[in-house]
Amino acid sequence: MIEQDWIWGLVGGLMIGTAAALYLLANGRIMGASGVLGELIDGSGRASAVERIIFVAGLVVVPALMVPLFDNAATHVSTNPAVVIVAGLLVGVGTRLANGCTSGHGVCGMSRLSLRSIVATVLYLIAGGLTMVLLRHFLEVI
Amino acid sequence: MRRNLFAFLAGGLFGAGLLTSGMTDTIKVQGWLDLFGNWDPTLAFVLGGAIVPMAIAWRVAARRKTSTLGTPFPEAPAQRLSLNLIVGSVLFGMGWGLAGLCPGPAMASLSFGGSGGMLFLISMLAGMLVAPPIRQRIDRLATPA
Repeated sequence: MIEQDWIWGLVGGLMIGTAAALYLLANGRIMGASGVLGELIDGSGRASAVERIIFVAGLVVVPALMVPLFDNAATHVSTNPAVVIVAGLLVGVGTRLANGCTSGHGVCGMSRLSLRSIVATVLYLIAGGLTMVLLRHFLEVI
Repeated sequence: MRRNLFAFLAGGLFGAGLLTSGMTDTIKVQGWLDLFGNWDPTLAFVLGGAIVPMAIAWRVAARRKTSTLGTPFPEAPAQRLSLNLIVGSVLFGMGWGLAGLCPGPAMASLSFGGSGGMLFLISMLAGMLVAPPIRQRIDRLATPA
């Protein structure tokens, strides 16, 4: 039902933005998923490790509790392990090189009109669109 | 303690929003990226909806010295468009298009994403682990001695 999906998109988007606003105004932190996790993984965020782990716990646990409310909570991710592994590696390396992802640059950075974040967002949207179109319609591998 | 409580609330609301908006479903994300297919505009509403409260938060933050729990607000990073920003964003976009998952939804879908979701998450963590030396190399490349 594409007709209703945009309403849920807007409601969910407002929730995401409110979460980011809360994390900034209460904790003084940027709510970027790749930053919170990546700085935990590479050790650069050791000083705030507990706060990061608890943020990730909320991010994992609350959707888990909400799953029964949704008819078909599923990611429909590719069943081809090679596709999934390559994609995961690209997302992991790329977001750390760029210092942000959809939440960090797309939501937090663009909302403060950061030029870096706007450039990053435009680039990953174009790269994502080209990858999608090329692999699905020309090479027909995904 | 309060810091941890708010971290849990923010992470939880973020996850709830990702699930509610449909962004944990790769069909919706790839449907947005696939301009030649059955195009799905949902992602634009999600991003637009998320930017509004955050833009207000930045304006509130500008009038305060510190956050409510006493941490200084993060300074705006230098607005230099580094090679790392450009290369990283392109690589991220390629991976995002390939699987339809980005870091937030990859974590939020852990409970229902199955083995494919787990495989993506592990690969993403591996990518994050090896990124720092790559970042240093690209920095050196961009600024010849």
